[in-house]
Formats: sequence, structure tokens, C-alpha cells
Amino acid sequence: MLWLGVAYLGALGALFLAAFWTTNEFTGDLVKVFTLDNFRQLLQLPVYRTITARTLGVAVLVTLVDAALALPVAFFMAKVARPGLQRLLVIAVLMPLWASYLVKAYAWRGMLSQSGPLSWLGISPGYGLTGLVVTLAYLWLPYMILPVYAGLQKLPDSLLEASADLGAPALTTFRRVVLPLVFPALVAGSIFTFSLTMGDYIAVKIVGGPTQMLGNVVADNYGVANNLPFAAAYAVVPVLVMLGYLGVVRRTGALENL
Amino acid sequence: MTMSRGLRAFLVGCTAVVLTIVYVPLALVLLNSFNVSKSFAWPPSGLTLRWWQAAGHSTGARHALLVSVEVGLLATAVSLVLGTMAALALQRARFFGRNAVSLLIILPIALPGIVTGLALNNAFTSLFGLQLGFFTIVVAHATFCIVTVFNNVQARLRRMSESLEEASADLGARPFTTFRLVTFPLLRSALLAGGLLAFALSFDEIIVTTFTAGGHEQTLPIWIFQNLFRPNQTPVVNVVAAALIVLSAVPIWLAQRLSQEVEGAVSAAP
Repeated sequence: MLWLGVAYLGALGALFLAAFWTTNEFTGDLVKVFTLDNFRQLLQLPVYRTITARTLGVAVLVTLVDAALALPVAFFMAKVARPGLQRLLVIAVLMPLWASYLVKAYAWRGMLSQSGPLSWLGISPGYGLTGLVVTLAYLWLPYMILPVYAGLQKLPDSLLEASADLGAPALTTFRRVVLPLVFPALVAGSIFTFSLTMGDYIAVKIVGGPTQMLGNVVADNYGVANNLPFAAAYAVVPVLVMLGYLGVVRRTGALENL
Repeated sequence: MTMSRGLRAFLVGCTAVVLTIVYVPLALVLLNSFNVSKSFAWPPSGLTLRWWQAAGHSTGARHALLVSVEVGLLATAVSLVLGTMAALALQRARFFGRNAVSLLIILPIALPGIVTGLALNNAFTSLFGLQLGFFTIVVAHATFCIVTVFNNVQARLRRMSESLEEASADLGARPFTTFRLVTFPLLRSALLAGGLLAFALSFDEIIVTTFTAGGHEQTLPIWIFQNLFRPNQTPVVNVVAAALIVLSAVPIWLAQRLSQEVEGAVSAAP
């Protein structure tokens, strides 16, 4: 308890503090003087604005793709499949979750490569933004399917039948009955897809080609440029976005679904 | 449930397509580990076992695997103890700020790994003046592993009735005896599931590890990542990746034996 409370929050706090420092241009040493320069740069330089917008855009896109794929699959698993098949499908969805993240990103490097099977079929987008969205959506898909599946299982069949009895077409039932009731589960899944996308820089390096995302800038500023304060300042952006998002979705009861 | 044939076919189709998309890339890695071509030209021109032999002799990979297993076991042990304690405290004790603490525990998995990594790196090096290495990796991994253990134990505690513990106390058992003879046996499968998940998370983690490993220690994911872009190492990396895919069936098999608990647990993974 203390570990999390003091160590983790303390570390976050210290990081936040470091965001207001700067480095000496010549020696690279930390200069522990309060300044807003890092944040000013973040807001004013177009390159960082573009990267922030791109990262948020990719996160939204990945979340939507995963939601669109997860809904029919989870619905089939929860409501249509017989118990035996259902068990099998849960395993089939879980299995890639245990497979290493790096291995899955690497698998897509092979899929998208110039001599890979997608090029052979003539449909490879190559390494870049499109390939990145595909790979990230692939990586986080189980995190979306599982909460939605759990949410749908809790939904009584009688509601769907009642809606059908009242003459609603399938699409209307989906829109007016299913969607509002699984919404918290979708939101719970989106917390993962959103947060994981925003912080990712490994998959970006593996399949993103020249694409720069927020995570790359943070990692490079820490590792290559040795500019911890700027990395810290930029890392504050996803924290604020996630805190804001958590604050908004708290009311939907999604946090209980995590 | 009654459902029109068209809708049913649509759902079956969607599920089949998604599962195909999920498994084709993994199958490709497996197949490529036998591919004669070093650049994995598709379709493969021939199959060979040479790369598997080469990987068996790669000392870098073997050493990294050992480090990963050690880190995973230690981080799991630490998080089992601390995660259980945190869950018991939150469930049994009523104290000020209890809700805030539950939210706090979600934070390490709700915030991007890069933030956790950078924050811990900064804390280790500038606050505590620690040398990055094996110890800092374990501490960092334990920080997010606690969450999975906590979630599992808490879910179990919610379903458990306090009356059993009260009965034990009424019969004169001291708190520790009650924990040993009543609470712990009821928690055992939740702890197994949480521990399994914690180990898998730790074994797989790369981002937080990159920030807390320093220059000397290499876990398996870091080794893979560093060798990924070296054309000469590609076949060996591919074999390691293929082996990891095969190995990921092990936790599934274990998980099936504790299936109910794990279904709940896995949805709480970051």
C-alpha cells in the first residue's frame, strides 16, 4: 500500500517537478531552476503540436477499429455460440494475449515487409502510419474483446427478445438496447486501447517507418538527447489526457468493469 | 436465442475473419522460423532447422532468458505479498480516502508505460541515487504486477462473506491463525491466477524495463528488440519469437485449470 502510495505517486510527482527544470546546453547537466520553457516549446513549436495531434488521432482510430471488431465477435461469443464453442472461443481470444507483445509487433513487421505475404498479395501498406494503426489495433484487440464479452454476458437475453417482440429490427435493438448497456464495458476497453496507444514507441519503431509519435519523442529526449526535463514535460501530456478521460468516464461506471 | 439467419451468418463471418487475422501473423512467425531465406521471402523457397540450431547456441538470448525468468519470479513474489495486503486492507478496513486509494491502484495500468518508466527512472536515479540494474527492474515490475494481484484478490474478497472470518475469531483464533486457516485457502486460486498473470506481464514487459534496466542488464524482450534490426540476427530473433509463441500455450493450459478466476483476471491486464 505504502509502496504504491508513496513510491509511485512520489515518482510521478518528482517527474512532474522535473518537467519545470531544464538542461545546460553545453554540459547537458540538469539545471534545477523553475521554468516554463519546456511547456512553452510544446505548445508553440508546430512539430510537437503535430505529433500530439497525430498520437491522439491514432489512439482514437485504434480504439474505434477495436470497438468495431470487438462488438460482433463478443456478441457472437456471449449470445450465439453454444457453451462448448464459447469456451473454445474464449481460449482463442486469450491465447494471443499471453503471446509476447514484442513477438506480435514483430509478426506484423513480417506481415508488412516488402517480401512478406501482404506484398505478395499486393495489399501491403508498408511500414508507416497505416501499418502502425493496423498493428496497434491488432495488439490491443483482446483488451477490448474481453471487457465487452463480460459486459454482454451480463446482459439478459430477455431484453433482446422483448425488443424483438415489440417489432424492433435487429439494428434498432442493437442501437437502443445493446449499445447503451455495454457502453461501460466499451469504455473500460477503450481505457486500455487509448492509454497503450499513447505511450507506445516500440511498435512505432518496428512497423511505423519514419512515423514519430509522442512516445518516441519522450524516449528519444530521455535516451538520445539526454534531456530529461523535456521528456518529463511531454510525458505530462498523456497523463493529463488519461486523467481527464478517467474523470469523464468515471460516471459511466466503467472503472468497475476494469 | 432466436435470431435471423442473415444476422447469424454476419456474426459468424465477423468472428471467423477476426480470428483469422489474429492467428495468421503468429503462424507466419512460426513458419518463418523454418524459412530457408534469411529475409523471409514469401512464399518460402524451402524449410530448414538451421535457425533453431543457431538460436540454441546464442549465449545472448540464453542469458537474457535467465534474467527475465529471475526478474519475473522475484517481481511476482513481491507483488503477491504486497497486492494481497493492499486488497485485505481496502476490503476489511474502512478508512479515510478509501475510494481515492482504489483509483490510485488503477493508475499504474491506466497510465502509459512510458510515463511509469520515466517516473521510476527519475525517482531511482535522482531521488534515491540508485544504480540502474537488476534490482531496479524488479522494483519497477513489482509496481505494476501488484495491480493484477490486487485486482484478483479484491474480486475474490468481494464474493467472500466476512462471517467466516468472524466465526473463526469467535472461536478464539488470532488474526494470523484466521488468515492462515480461513482466508488464505479461500484466496488460493485467486492468488495463483494473479501470480500467473503478474509473471506473464513481467516476462513480456519492455517499455518500463528499458527505462529502469540501465546499460548492463538485458531481459529477453530487450534482447529481442536490440537484435530486431540487425539483418544477421533476424533468423535467431525469429526462432526466439516462434518459441515464445509456442510457450504462450503453457499459461493458457494452466489458466484453463483455474478458468473462472482467470477470465476475470485477464480483463484487468493493462
